[in-house]
Amino acid sequence: MPQQVPRLAAVFAVAVVGLIVARTLLVPETFGDIGHYRAAAIDSIVAHPKKYAGHQECTMCHRPIAEKRAASNHRGVRCEVCHGPAAAHVANPLETKPTVSRNRGLCPLCHAYNPSRPTGFPQIDSVRHNPRMPCIDCHDPHAPEPPVTPRECSACHGQIASQIAVSHHVELSCTVCHDAPVQHKNDPRSVRPGKPTQRSFCGTCHATDAPSPERIPRIDLGSHNQPYVCWQCHYPHYPEAR
Amino acid sequence: MPETPGTIERDAEQPDRASVDRREFLRDVLGACGAAAPVLWWGTISVAPAMGQERQDSYDPTDHLYGMGIDVRKCIGCARCVVACKIENDVPDEPHFFNTWIERYVIRRDGEVEVDSPNGGIDGFPPIEGVGSVRRTFFVPKLCNHCDNPPCVQVCPVGATFITQDGVVLVDDDYCIGCRYCIQACPYGARYIHPEKHVAAKCTFCYHRLVDGLVPACVEVCPTGARIFGEVEHRATPLARFLQFNDVQVLKPHLNTKPKAYYANLDGEVR
Repeated sequence: MPQQVPRLAAVFAVAVVGLIVARTLLVPETFGDIGHYRAAAIDSIVAHPKKYAGHQECTMCHRPIAEKRAASNHRGVRCEVCHGPAAAHVANPLETKPTVSRNRGLCPLCHAYNPSRPTGFPQIDSVRHNPRMPCIDCHDPHAPEPPVTPRECSACHGQIASQIAVSHHVELSCTVCHDAPVQHKNDPRSVRPGKPTQRSFCGTCHATDAPSPERIPRIDLGSHNQPYVCWQCHYPHYPEAR
Repeated sequence: MPETPGTIERDAEQPDRASVDRREFLRDVLGACGAAAPVLWWGTISVAPAMGQERQDSYDPTDHLYGMGIDVRKCIGCARCVVACKIENDVPDEPHFFNTWIERYVIRRDGEVEVDSPNGGIDGFPPIEGVGSVRRTFFVPKLCNHCDNPPCVQVCPVGATFITQDGVVLVDDDYCIGCRYCIQACPYGARYIHPEKHVAAKCTFCYHRLVDGLVPACVEVCPTGARIFGEVEHRATPLARFLQFNDVQVLKPHLNTKPKAYYANLDGEVR
């Protein structure tokens, strides 16, 4: 055999041995156990301390107030949303207590009016609504029904009220078009107000033969954009807009 | 020309050239390789640890596959989730490090889309200018999507980020070299370099809570139930009902990352 072959074989042998030694030294211990990563990393991630206890922990000791809240409008608002992380309190109930803001600081974070919030979510103008009084003076945070039934729909539907204020339709009260049971004011999601369903409803004022004041604009219901309903084009809270 | 093909005759003028038979040469070399093969095999096997070992405690990661549902129509942008995540996971307080954050979309009547996320939403959002020209506006919570085909895992040069058997993408703090390739690779902007540890960091689905049967901190504190946590493949989980009764989309489906954050009522303008 030519002398190049054993020399080459020796070079390869050195490289292979070197590779095996390097792998033994450099690859960490649990690497590759489960996948292409150090399995011990999962253990150190799992060992991270918890700051939030979870509402089941609160309910174990504070059962009556948890049940009161679970039957109220705040049933989806878990304890630590307002009371902050409570794992330290669960571990040491007598020494570490969760806190809560008792002035107006906390409630407007969710309930201040913001146009990007979904329609119908209870919102107030936090500057005008009972200025400077603590929210909990009137609203029990664990059962936050309004203390008095709101007189006006605009108490919650401020955006609609401010829009209709620039329109002729401000002369109509909300109940002219929407049959709103009183229960809706106290528990909005339990019953919703109704809406008109047919063109003839708008015709009670706007049809050519309607018995309404003369200044109201008229259209011929039979020919005007059949078969669409009126509010597909005319926003009823601001119908003058084009 | 030599008399027998395959041989080189000794040349009188070049006496040092040995004569080599081609067949002999091949036989010798292949024989040497065959002899060396068991040694090489033993070398790699003895060094590589055994695959498929399971964790020793009672939590079995192969029994779960986690995902999150987000109902955009329920989000009120209060950012309690952002605050809770920062507390639970020791995320730095500086404004641009978030495991999860809230974006506000403002879509004008002329088609312009404005997106903002001031400090993730923690300090509230500035009032919208020209509210009258707004067609739609809403909040979108965002987080690591824990993709089933994660680009971040694919590009990590050392194997410091990985997807667990229960579908959670995690980062090995002790092994990451901080090369930032995964930060570039994530199409959702979910990863960042931790300013003190100098390694990649991101949402972990609060994995340290999942193994104890709790839900992530952001899901625990969401007051409207806009975040729903559960298992993608099981039937008795809140996520199953969410996926059944909602029109669900994912972010950037064209990138084939197979994200496991499912958005209901997602507007087409959300990127």
